[in-house]
Amino acid sequence: MVSAVRNRTYRRRIDGIMNYSIETENLNLWYGDFQALIDVSVRIRDGQITSLIGPSGCGKSTLLRCFNRVNERYGNVTTKGKIEILGKNIYDTDVSLPELRKAVGMVFQRPNPLPISVYENILFGLRIHSPIRSMTRTESDQIVEEALTSVFLWEDLKDKLKVRATSLQLEQQQKLCIARLLPLKPKIILMDEPCSALDAKGTLAVEELMEALAGTYTFLIVTHNMAQARRVSTECIYMFLGELIEHRETQALFETPQHPKTADYVQMRYG
Amino acid sequence: MNILRKKSAAHLPFSETAIELFIRLCGISSILFVFGIFFFVFREGAGFLFGGLDLGQFLTSVEWQPTSLNNKRYGAFALIVGTFSVTLLAMCIAVPFGLGAAIFVSEFCSPKLRETFKIIIELLAAIPSVVWGFIGLTLMNQLIISVFNAPIGLTMLNGSIMLALMSVPIIVSIAEDALKAVPDSYREAAEALGATRWQVVYRVLLPAAKNGLLAAVLLGAARSIGETMAVLMATGHSVNIPSGPLSWIRTLTATIAAELGEVARGDEHYQVLFIIGILLFTITFVVNLIADLVIKGIRQES
Repeated sequence: MVSAVRNRTYRRRIDGIMNYSIETENLNLWYGDFQALIDVSVRIRDGQITSLIGPSGCGKSTLLRCFNRVNERYGNVTTKGKIEILGKNIYDTDVSLPELRKAVGMVFQRPNPLPISVYENILFGLRIHSPIRSMTRTESDQIVEEALTSVFLWEDLKDKLKVRATSLQLEQQQKLCIARLLPLKPKIILMDEPCSALDAKGTLAVEELMEALAGTYTFLIVTHNMAQARRVSTECIYMFLGELIEHRETQALFETPQHPKTADYVQMRYG
Repeated sequence: MNILRKKSAAHLPFSETAIELFIRLCGISSILFVFGIFFFVFREGAGFLFGGLDLGQFLTSVEWQPTSLNNKRYGAFALIVGTFSVTLLAMCIAVPFGLGAAIFVSEFCSPKLRETFKIIIELLAAIPSVVWGFIGLTLMNQLIISVFNAPIGLTMLNGSIMLALMSVPIIVSIAEDALKAVPDSYREAAEALGATRWQVVYRVLLPAAKNGLLAAVLLGAARSIGETMAVLMATGHSVNIPSGPLSWIRTLTATIAAELGEVARGDEHYQVLFIIGILLFTITFVVNLIADLVIKGIRQES
């Protein structure tokens, strides 16, 4: 596959030192009495694609959902520890949840465009974050075109902007879900198994899209598909039963895993 | 192959056949009752409807003088206007409250509080309409007199408030179902984009649930149109084209209830009351039909 030998020149080094978009320190999380994350300390590099792998129920989605605090939708969640995003502890009292979620976009497992037109889906984020009627028609047209062009959907959808987004093909829906994040100019894009509802062609299309957008955005992707993790990410994190087991460059993690549990998993003896 | 062969009816136990027959009868009976009622009401009114009644006068005249000795008039226009105006005003009160309560119950309150709320709202639906009429006649009457400095409190406003209170539970429970039916993934998507809870409600849920909410409003309205006792007691029961919320009115339903006991069976006045019944039946049928079609619309979309 072409993308397996993709170039990784987009790695951004500033003064030779890597920057981190997300840093956690001793992050613990409970759903009721069940501890889903145990002392997770991790640093995610800026402008790269990092993948989170591990067997079902290992806490990778939970970890991902901490970073835009979307976990808090479920009432019984307790979080302890520190999460710094772009240098700011997101559990500080002066953090604005809408602003956090504007900076940290999320793509879900099942494509979830809103039941409104393609056009309005793209503008939804801007509309909720800016005062009413602050955009002219030409501005919004341009924003929609730019966003759809970035996700390679413009050619397909330019005549279908008024179509209900939920009637598109799944692959187009998922790309649209990525596109609607872009007008908000997020720094980080979290992806929770973004390809699990897509076929092989759709998966490849989304992966190509991620590669094209990496550098501009920091990607953190949860995936069940180890081949996908290898293809798409520069760094990879292996989690097991709520603990972070290993975090290294993807190639190294797959070829010379340090921890026996990682070795078991990546060599398919377990999971 | 024997085991797969269809058993003949003789092999079925008798109880099974009997139960099936009984259930079938129950199903058919509801249809029979509806048609039966319509047929009966129609039969009682049909003679005068097709022979004698000036339909133009019935629908447009405000003169309702069915008991006059030498100048009988059957103009139901004021009654029609009364029914629609009291319903409209009731909906103006009930819709914001009902939808607001539904949004609160479905989106903003804790699960524990939600259960309590639902029980109380159902209790509101269980209060007999004569009790509402009684409240209108005494409490609300006094209240309107003192607040608006009106000569009498038995007005369209009074009836509307009673009707609003009666239709709110219907609106709340159907609207809440409609909101609950919106997939949670929409809420999650909007919240993950940074929408506040209120933005989720008015930008996502209301558009997504609009058919169900419309159906809730229509069924609430149908309830108001058909309500009799409360409006009879609270609106003043006087044939009048209302000039404002503090005018007294009379509705179609209240007219039937008040006069049917006084008329001789089979005479013109009696038949006119049944024609009013046909009119009411038609109105509520149309409203219910629209609500049904609207609800079907939701199902097809989702």
